[in-house]
Amino acid sequence: MNTKNEKKSFFERAGVQSVAASLLCIILGLLIGYLVLLCINPAGAGKAITSILKNFLYFPRPEVALEYFGSTLAKSAPLLMCTLSILFAYKVGLFNIGASGQYAVGAGLSLYLALAHGMPWYVCVIAAMIGGGVLGGIAGALKAYLNVNEVIAGIMLNWISLYSVNMLLTKVKEASTTYTAALRTNSPGALLPGAGLNHLFSDNRYVTIAIPLAILIAAGVWIVMEKTKLGFELRATGLNLNAAKYAGMKEKRNMILTMAIAGALSGLGAAFLYLSGIEQWSCAQTAVPAMGFNGIAAAFLGGLNPIGSIFSSFFIQHITSGGSYVDKMIYSSQISDLISAIIIYFCSFVLFFKACMGRAAGKGRKGGNR
Amino acid sequence: MALLLQYTLIYASVLLLVALGGCFSEHSGVINLGLEGIMVMGALGGALVMKYMESLPGILMLLAVMIGSILFGVVYSLLLAVAAIQFKADQTLVGTAMNLLGMAAATVFVKAMNMAENVNNVSSSIQYIEQKKAFSLLKIGKFELSWFMVIAAALLAASHIVLYKTRFGLRLMACGEHPQAADSVGINVCRMRYAGVLISGMLGGLGGIVYITAGVSEWKFENGVAGFGFLALAVMIFGQWKPKLIGIAALIFGLFRALSNVYSGFDALTALHLPSTVYNMLPYIISLVILALFSRNSRAPKAEGIPYDKGQR
Repeated sequence: MNTKNEKKSFFERAGVQSVAASLLCIILGLLIGYLVLLCINPAGAGKAITSILKNFLYFPRPEVALEYFGSTLAKSAPLLMCTLSILFAYKVGLFNIGASGQYAVGAGLSLYLALAHGMPWYVCVIAAMIGGGVLGGIAGALKAYLNVNEVIAGIMLNWISLYSVNMLLTKVKEASTTYTAALRTNSPGALLPGAGLNHLFSDNRYVTIAIPLAILIAAGVWIVMEKTKLGFELRATGLNLNAAKYAGMKEKRNMILTMAIAGALSGLGAAFLYLSGIEQWSCAQTAVPAMGFNGIAAAFLGGLNPIGSIFSSFFIQHITSGGSYVDKMIYSSQISDLISAIIIYFCSFVLFFKACMGRAAGKGRKGGNR
Repeated sequence: MALLLQYTLIYASVLLLVALGGCFSEHSGVINLGLEGIMVMGALGGALVMKYMESLPGILMLLAVMIGSILFGVVYSLLLAVAAIQFKADQTLVGTAMNLLGMAAATVFVKAMNMAENVNNVSSSIQYIEQKKAFSLLKIGKFELSWFMVIAAALLAASHIVLYKTRFGLRLMACGEHPQAADSVGINVCRMRYAGVLISGMLGGLGGIVYITAGVSEWKFENGVAGFGFLALAVMIFGQWKPKLIGIAALIFGLFRALSNVYSGFDALTALHLPSTVYNMLPYIISLVILALFSRNSRAPKAEGIPYDKGQR
């Protein structure tokens, strides 16, 4: 035996296992997605799956591709915030399925303040965070004090917020459509500043400071989780509620605080999307925003790691945007929703995959001390 | 008034069926958060039967639709059963994945089917105006008694008997309370949990078809079932995992859901000048309030959500 064997072998390292398991989930998701495409129409399936994977590379001219790359990034930033929101809550043992509702409230408050009161962007951003945070805090308090299952409470709050936001934003919608008025013409001060970043992406005006901010916040979440007392307490509460309580941590306060922070992150995500002007809120929408649910996919795909989330959020947004390039005469763009759903499903097998890898690696070396 | 009664009863039937499904699954020890997805799949199964066997006569149509939706629901619930029982996966995550998957799969499938028939038809809707008539049992004035209401009531009684009076039911509940103890007296926990989840698939699928045929004669699968699977879970919690109480809870929730369909028929309610959105929100608000009031002393099966590990005693 040489010294290497005494260390963990390559496939036994936790980081390698997480990445390998995530890649396996992606491959399985894409494979099944491809099979579904084959069943619908064998002739176009290959082309459709490549256009989903190519997304902005669909455009042959590099400057156009670069512009659409910018748009994908502009939408990945909000998704990253929702991902962090779910990840943060999950570390404390809470499943924040209410991210969609917190996101809706964030969108509602920021757009309302921007359009009805002409507030500058930073006020709107803060309002969105507070709105999402309060909603998250409600779910947390219900769980901490009244033992309400946070998943069911979250879903109920999602629908309540969706309908309330629709009602609120109807006041600032365009006269002829169901969409809220465009920020660029009605309240340019509320648009997030581009800070010159847009010039990097063929002058794509949707590229704003949201993108670097989102990455900074991801790093911030990592620091809070791993390097601070608060993060330690939160993780301890998640690992064993009773042990945390016994050690003198305020487990109820921690739960509410976690959900409030998670909610603020989702709310901020909505501000990042809607204040970039890339989309307008439809006041007639009857489905909760998909961003919160895609966040679940990205959070688990990223191995519940803030830095991994940056890549997984981009990937999920990449295939979601790519879905709009499939041949609409044969397929529907929801095929990418299907692929992300399959990826989430396989993510629940991650522990099993890791166990398999560990076993395989253990067998690989002689005299493994397992 | 007759309409309010009718809608209350039909929505109560949906909630009752799905909540009973959740009840069986949780009593066996598996949390089924995927009921929403199961409902969508069941609805799809039933709708496909209605679309492709439109010439079936009355009672046969009813049976075929029920079999279609039950089959889809059961097969789909296998996704949860395999992941949660065989692979000990996180049940919350699997349930969430199933909800998203159910909606996406149904949308992709129905759109592909519609486009294959007519290239210009990119909707995700299935129509069943004529076929739906088979579900009506009798009409008294404006009130229309649906077969599904009768079936739901019968299944409520059956669930009560199965859970409390049969060997199977008592064993099932033992697996949700203390699986190690159940195993030690020779009960196959794994098999019991499979049974629980598959029964929930059956009832959830049936609930799905009842939901989409409740008030309309065409369903757009892009919309899913609007959180009804979760409302049913709230009904189950309010009913403290007991079929009889679930029946009462379903009626209360059904009433609030029905109000959003028929509130314009009541002078007292229209005089309030509330926007219709408020009525849409009502069932969710009520369920949140009720959950807040009744979750504290919850009688949830003790071992629910915990994968069974033989080595743990």
